[in-house]
Amino acid sequence: MTMNRRALLKGLGAVGVATATGGRAAVARSRRPVAEDAVGMLYDATRCIGCKTCMVACRRANHLPYEKPGHPWDDPVDLSGRTKTVIQRYRGREGQSYMKRQCLHCLDPACVSVCMIGAMHKSEGGIVAYDPDRCIGCRYCQVACPFNVPRFQWDSPTPKIVKCEMCRHLLARGRLPACCEVCPTGAVQFGKRKALLAEAKRRIARHPDRYVHKIYGESDAGGTQVLYLSSVPFEKLGLPHLGTESVPRLSETVQHGIYKGFIVPAALYVLIGAAVRRHHRQRSVDERKEET
Amino acid sequence: MSQARRRGAFDGSESGRLDRREFVKLCLMAAAAVGLPASAARKMVEAVDHGLKPSVIWLSFQECTGCTESLLRTSHPGLADLILDVISLDYHEALCAAAGEQAEAARRRAMEEHAGKYVCVIEGAIPTKDGGIYCQIGGRTALEIVEETARRAGAIIAIGSCASFGGVPSADPNPTEAKGAPQVLQDRRVVTIPGCPANPYTFLGVVLQFVTFGTLPALDERGRPLFAYRRTIHEDCPRRPHFDAGQFAETFGDEGHRKGYCLYKLGCKGPQTHAPCALKRFGEVGAWPIGVGHPCAGCTESHLAFRVPIHTMVKIEHPTPPSTFPPTTPEHGKVSPVATGIAGLVGGALLGAGFRWARKLDEEESSTEEVPS
Repeated sequence: MTMNRRALLKGLGAVGVATATGGRAAVARSRRPVAEDAVGMLYDATRCIGCKTCMVACRRANHLPYEKPGHPWDDPVDLSGRTKTVIQRYRGREGQSYMKRQCLHCLDPACVSVCMIGAMHKSEGGIVAYDPDRCIGCRYCQVACPFNVPRFQWDSPTPKIVKCEMCRHLLARGRLPACCEVCPTGAVQFGKRKALLAEAKRRIARHPDRYVHKIYGESDAGGTQVLYLSSVPFEKLGLPHLGTESVPRLSETVQHGIYKGFIVPAALYVLIGAAVRRHHRQRSVDERKEET
Repeated sequence: MSQARRRGAFDGSESGRLDRREFVKLCLMAAAAVGLPASAARKMVEAVDHGLKPSVIWLSFQECTGCTESLLRTSHPGLADLILDVISLDYHEALCAAAGEQAEAARRRAMEEHAGKYVCVIEGAIPTKDGGIYCQIGGRTALEIVEETARRAGAIIAIGSCASFGGVPSADPNPTEAKGAPQVLQDRRVVTIPGCPANPYTFLGVVLQFVTFGTLPALDERGRPLFAYRRTIHEDCPRRPHFDAGQFAETFGDEGHRKGYCLYKLGCKGPQTHAPCALKRFGEVGAWPIGVGHPCAGCTESHLAFRVPIHTMVKIEHPTPPSTFPPTTPEHGKVSPVATGIAGLVGGALLGAGFRWARKLDEEESSTEEVPS
């Protein structure tokens, strides 16, 4: 005996109403304010000469092995469990540009939102930091990140998540992140996010013909602490259109809305209970009929 | 200079006295050569000011005196004075005024007085065939002299390729079974400064570091100081851009050769030769083989110098990585409409089959239920 069409529709309707009202009842999660001491990086793609010195320095500073052990040279093509930053190149109709791929250190990071035990957390200066001692290896952060940044050490028996942490171990010792320290042209610079934003605006105002009139990260995905300037459209550099709302703002609004006051789960429970009861009754009636 | 000058063969030399300013400059250069900070140069000056001149016993065996010559004939003024002022050169067959028994007595005295502290410099290979009789000084074989002098030395430095690994005297067929100092003194740590001739600043740097700090620089597996022999000539070669661009001199005197192209195809051993020549030049006179259009002979490498013919090409030790960049957006393949259609049909057929099978199951169930009633 199955639930008939009528009962199913009724049930679905009830869940829908509960979700809709529940969702509406829950206030959308507020925007995260930008911390006063937020630090960041400014990567100006027009200044980058593609020398890859930052990649070498990053490996040294973070004790990362080469991408392919035993290979005569190091040639990572993307971020990986061994690579925290990589210089890529766009060549096409829009011209040519380099791109430094790394963690953007979102103001409101999706990886922190999904991390269930706080292995991913906002650290001092707003740096999105990773604590391997807490990590359980669920890789939710990897799935959640809109920029596809956190990577997993698939080949390690004790795997960790690998992502840029803005060399916070060096910052603690009063030094700069390794890539910013070695960049020969100042294409990637470290500083307070506020100051970098002002500098980026100044550069665009000074050379309006050189730049796309947008600072990627100023408000994209709710704002990031690593800012990008470029001469080619940002989507060509692999920085997607994400709108100005952060990813977790939407996902947390939905998720927290559903569980608000436990209304929707409770409604679902009641519905299932009713269905089971109904089914049970029907069956006993049928059995009695057969006996007679 | 406060300390007493030691007068030797160079009394009347043009370079004259080494004043303090020049001396401090020299120490600075020597410190920089070893990769030590400027403060180390001050310590070196202080050490010399306090009369801590290290006693140096310089042994010459199967050699051409080229290393001594390169040390003396540098373009920097006063280096000859440095040998006489900074170090106490107690025995050197080419430079000491004494001869015969007197010279041998000076060596023995220095060994007594500075036992365990003097620097034993070995120049030239040591013949070992027939008990080493092919090189004798004062009736004693080179083997005996080396054993005796090195035993009580504070540091042993083998200068030049001959002393470092045999060099020219050990080239095929090696009639005297000549060997380098590290092969003869196998139980002792020998700093080797190969080169034909060796770079004098590398030598001075090692000596001054030993005098000032009592330590020896970090060495590679062949005993060469890493500060000078870490990188290959190829890595710092001024002709390197031509190598990377694929521009080679094919024969001596051709257009590429005259234009200063890379000498790799002429047999340059630079890609396997660890030496500071490309940066510090050869013999400290600003010129060096590659600079004047001759391929590197690999004189600092025991497996190349006097072993591999000069015009034989060698393998590249550190290949140049290709200058490529990954794309900013990964490339995805496209799915054609036909493929989509086929996939849709297959999927649909499976769904239909599943549905029919499920219905059949239902029928079977009801039929079996009917049997007992």
